[in-house]
Amino acid sequence: MTAYLIRGASILGEGVADVLVQDGRVAAIGATASDDTSAVVVPGEGLVLLPGLVDLHTHLREPGREDAETIWSGTRAAALGGFTCVHAMANTNPVQDTAGVVEQVWRLGRDAGWADVRPVGAVTVGLAGTQLAELGTMAASAAAVRVFSDDGRCVHDPVVMRRALEYAKAFDGVIAQHAQEPALTATAQMHEGLVSAELGLAGWPAVAEEAIIARDVLLAEHVGSRLHVLHLSTAGSVEIVRWAKGRGIDVTAEATPHHLYLTDELVRGYDPVFKVNPPLRTAADVEAVRAGLADGTIDVVGTDHAPHPREDKDCEWAAAAFGMTGLETALSVVQAAMVETGRMTWADVARVMSFTPAVIGRVADQGRPVQVGEPANLTLVDPAVRRVVRPQDQATASLNTPFAGMELPGRVVATFLHGRPTVLDGALVERAGASS
Amino acid sequence: MKHLLSAGDLDRAQAVTILDTAAAMAATQERQIKKLPTLRGRTVVNLFFEDSTRTRISFETAAKRLSADVINFSAKGSSVSKGESLKDTAQTLQAMGADAVVIRHHASGAPHRLAHAGWTAGAVVNAGDGTHQHPTQALLDAYTLRRHLVGLRGGTDPVGHDLAGLHVAIVGDVLHSRVARSNVQLLHTLGARVTLVAPPTLVPVGVESWTADVSYHLDDVLDQGPDAVMMLRVQRERMGGGGFFPSPWEYTRGYGLDARRLARLPEHAIVMHPGPMNRGLEISADAADADRSVVVEQVANGVAVRMAVLYLVLAGQEQPTVDGQIGASA
Repeated sequence: MTAYLIRGASILGEGVADVLVQDGRVAAIGATASDDTSAVVVPGEGLVLLPGLVDLHTHLREPGREDAETIWSGTRAAALGGFTCVHAMANTNPVQDTAGVVEQVWRLGRDAGWADVRPVGAVTVGLAGTQLAELGTMAASAAAVRVFSDDGRCVHDPVVMRRALEYAKAFDGVIAQHAQEPALTATAQMHEGLVSAELGLAGWPAVAEEAIIARDVLLAEHVGSRLHVLHLSTAGSVEIVRWAKGRGIDVTAEATPHHLYLTDELVRGYDPVFKVNPPLRTAADVEAVRAGLADGTIDVVGTDHAPHPREDKDCEWAAAAFGMTGLETALSVVQAAMVETGRMTWADVARVMSFTPAVIGRVADQGRPVQVGEPANLTLVDPAVRRVVRPQDQATASLNTPFAGMELPGRVVATFLHGRPTVLDGALVERAGASS
Repeated sequence: MKHLLSAGDLDRAQAVTILDTAAAMAATQERQIKKLPTLRGRTVVNLFFEDSTRTRISFETAAKRLSADVINFSAKGSSVSKGESLKDTAQTLQAMGADAVVIRHHASGAPHRLAHAGWTAGAVVNAGDGTHQHPTQALLDAYTLRRHLVGLRGGTDPVGHDLAGLHVAIVGDVLHSRVARSNVQLLHTLGARVTLVAPPTLVPVGVESWTADVSYHLDDVLDQGPDAVMMLRVQRERMGGGGFFPSPWEYTRGYGLDARRLARLPEHAIVMHPGPMNRGLEISADAADADRSVVVEQVANGVAVRMAVLYLVLAGQEQPTVDGQIGASA
């Protein structure tokens, strides 16, 4: 296996040192790294070296919606975004609610070879919210599922949610909740507030998210289980999670890049590229989510990468699908929202986009420190570059990025997956014999 | 004016121009031969994704009185359920050479998409979209208000005037009403004061940024002596499922306009309704048929206002030389 010498990068934005990648591991750091003169040099001067990013929230759409994304195209997008591990959400068709389907997704990910794919198992059969899926069998399968979610739908029945939280303890699983009270959001199109009142779009009130989070943290406390809150989007949700953590409840929370950066004001043009669930909220909510991420109330950034075919966005607002892509912009958005605002360091970015997601997902060989002997899952970032997002230039098979035309900071220069570069010089490293 | 999508897009001068043009159009409609050659050779498509015979006929009449070719395209159902998408429909109409598309759609923002997504080059006139806007309704309401309550009053057109100083109460299902949204914006632009009256469940969250007062008590507002009371249609379905109010009876008791409430209005005040009316629910027969009710006149004014809008979006800045004769200030 070719060795690589990453020369002169700043590790986690702190000390500058050479890093030798060999046989899938970090073989040496510092002066001894350049002893291997056969290594391919990757210039890292002025760049930041991070652990490979880990996404707990990716929709790869395969099986079922290969017109939107495949595991191959989605993991190529992941690699370009600096990710070495993605958790593939369960709302595929067929749903990832059996060992057979999660193993299929896991194998397709392994065969594609662009990032480690960890399938998320459905909490309930068919995401229907009534009968527990075979969580234990999925956990014991080759896919070794540890994260379970009906994402896209809320496990709204409190008894089903309680049972799932309890049951997952047997195999150290976590229930990742899409917090959305369904009756309060039956016809919802966007955040309920000043803008929805004017636009005449049915509102998605903040309370519909907050009420479920409040219930779930209390359930988690009652049964002593761990709970993960997906795509937290409101100021009230931040407060509830902060309160729950203060009580010692085992809850973790996620924010998406778009909820850190975009507001409901963007809906005014009725362009469905801004239609997402939970919806874009107010500037005050964005500020609260940023503060929550900075102070540790929110543990991770998850992309909620949700590709959709063109026809599902090239239409009137009410007819459009919810969701936006995010793998190839996530790190840039976090840099813009958190690093350039002085609220987080690159070490903090490593924490919320790599270390902690891997811990929550129980991924042993991802999200590891950049140290000798650790798996060489690494991302090299140039924070000085500014780029305009062009949907057509992305590797994802879909065009629905809300950041199209916006200038964002930072670019992933290289990504290493278990010692092998998936991205070099900002471009995918194609492999002989690999196919889509 | 390239499109008419929202009453909020109009400034005072534009709104007054439309009302003045409507007055000129209305004057021609008193002649024996009502048809004007103004838009001869132009094609207007009425693209209706929602049933609305009244509004469609009004636009159709307006376009035909201006000698435009009119195509009625009834596309009930939508891309949500099945069939052709809005984009394909728009591109089809574009290929057929539509100069203006009058669109009624159940989805809020559909006219905005039609105008700005690059699907069609024609002018877009919003004939009602979801719970968002119905700008020609607001314009015809403003036109009716001006005729009755400004200047000499009693059916003459005070050309050049706005609605400064008037107080209009809009009563009913504000939450789901595109008529209310358009009127709040336009009447404010024209200088009137608006009070919205509804049970709290039928007022949208976020209403605080609107240029209107909100009251939950119709009788209190009537005691303020409004110059006009505009009753909104309340759909009986709203009490099922959504449970916005407990019963039709309780709604009528709190918010219905009946003979008793009619008697509390100032002598000059008028009663309006965009139609179709639910007699016995939001308005009693006494109120609907009262002398001060201008509901039927609103319908007639709708044709003149829509003639004005079609004329202004299609003929642009040209002076009206209709019939060789009608000037803008006729």
